[in-house]
Amino acid sequence: MKILILAEHNQQTLRRATYHTITAAKELGDDITLLVIGNRSDAVIDEASKISHVKKVLSAMSPVYEHQLAENTAPLIAELAQQFDYVLAPATTFGKNILPRAAALADVALVGDVIKIVSPDTFVRPIYAGNALATVQSHDAIKFLTVRSTAFAAAEIGKHVAPLEKVDTVFKNDLSVFITEEIHASTRPELTSARVVISGGRGLKSAENFKLLEKIADRLGAAIGASRAAVDAGFAPNDYQVGQTGKVVAPELYIAIGISGAIQHLAGMKDSKVIVAINNDPDAPIFQIADYGLVADLFSAIQELDIELEKNSQ
Amino acid sequence: MDTTQNGIKGKYDVMKILVAVKRVVDYKTNIRIKSDASGVETANVKMSMNPFDEIAMEEALRLKEKGHVTEIIAVSIGRVSSQETLRTALAMGADRGILVQTDADIQPLVAAKIFKALTEKESPMLFILGKQAIDDDNNQTGQMLAGLLNWPQGTFASKIEVINTNISVTREVDGGLETLNLKLPAVITTDLRLNDPRFISLPNIVQAKRKTIDVISVEDLKVDITPHLQVLKVEAPSKRQAGVKVHSVAELINKLKNEARVLS
Repeated sequence: MKILILAEHNQQTLRRATYHTITAAKELGDDITLLVIGNRSDAVIDEASKISHVKKVLSAMSPVYEHQLAENTAPLIAELAQQFDYVLAPATTFGKNILPRAAALADVALVGDVIKIVSPDTFVRPIYAGNALATVQSHDAIKFLTVRSTAFAAAEIGKHVAPLEKVDTVFKNDLSVFITEEIHASTRPELTSARVVISGGRGLKSAENFKLLEKIADRLGAAIGASRAAVDAGFAPNDYQVGQTGKVVAPELYIAIGISGAIQHLAGMKDSKVIVAINNDPDAPIFQIADYGLVADLFSAIQELDIELEKNSQ
Repeated sequence: MDTTQNGIKGKYDVMKILVAVKRVVDYKTNIRIKSDASGVETANVKMSMNPFDEIAMEEALRLKEKGHVTEIIAVSIGRVSSQETLRTALAMGADRGILVQTDADIQPLVAAKIFKALTEKESPMLFILGKQAIDDDNNQTGQMLAGLLNWPQGTFASKIEVINTNISVTREVDGGLETLNLKLPAVITTDLRLNDPRFISLPNIVQAKRKTIDVISVEDLKVDITPHLQVLKVEAPSKRQAGVKVHSVAELINKLKNEARVLS
């Protein structure tokens, strides 16, 4: 089985989701090719070639691929796909933007957000915000999948170096132009791959109060997340959102502060290993899935967390 | 406007927008899985317009109010009951509706082919869809449609602005926000923060009853609706049990350290 994986990167490094996608691919077969589309992404190609299970790295480098826009990366992927049995990408905003377009150009379906590989043509994916799991069989000759990182471990850097092959075909793009991006730089771990996530909800009442989570996050080495309500209210930026339509996380420890627990939020975090909920409402639905629940005033709880964690670090 | 470099030859109508609306189980409803594991129960369940499609409708209305377009056409694929969803779109302010009627299970690739056929009939300058439907959570149809039409795509949009023959789209991406400039005609898929959909007034509901819904059969469009994917079964995920209540932060930290062992 020949598998092509679309690598997600920022021209300097691969995103962690790519490593998780490689592990999913390994369950389908051994002949794994990583496709890096970009412009002068040498560091990425170097990194890609060292990952375990990667047999080959395909590099498509051109100034027209600099921002990896769907309009010209999708036809490239659809063309390359003809030599493969599977095409995979991480189920991130990057993968979800490009891969469906490529699948349509190849006239095949896409199975999105795969969380389990049952057999070479059968996959499990969540539907209805994770309140149901669908087992889906694909009848297409080339199977396109996007993979949920939380369901597969990350591949590791191996000992060998995979050979590099250049792709010469260049698809021009006269349909779309990249203008600008506003990427929120953070020294904290990436939300989707952090070991600990601390998330705030509407209960925090303001953007200033939401900021109180930062100190706790730094003491725990945690990433910060938010409920949709907190993002809509402007307490936190959109890329913090955890849930059905935001990011899906499954850290070892998830701490929800002032989050009531709408099903749309639970969809994004209920596979976390240990869930802690702190809320002033004893009837908040989040307590029904939390391993440890604390009914308390949020602000005194945050202060106490800070004190206790400081004590703990000494 | 000449768009011969795009998939559709000829001219597109600068004054027209197509908006896709899907009838789904209402987002506040707790779903029930059928006992034979064939799917999720939709009979005798409250159904509504997919929330992302409401946002798509609202954005089309705002473009019309700003004078960018004069006609909004709401389109839906599904059973005869999807006419209710189209009526909601008409009550919001769409000018007319099209139902592509079918009882078949329509997956994203087929939906995209149907929408492509409608686009070829109507030649709009924009096709706006929700980024995903909250039933199947696929997040594919808009991208697939854009690919089939060879139109640019602005997915997960949180802000759009039509500027002459282009549209500026700010997209919600994992790292933050990205802004693209797309050449019209284009496909847009909506994210949550694009707008707050308006409430529907009673006079508008009455008025909507007088607007037209054209019903087309899927066969008329000559689209192959053979599904590429087969759903073998639908099951409930394993349920998480509620744990214990702790009485203080100190007790919590102690349990996380010594019982759950997730803190060092």
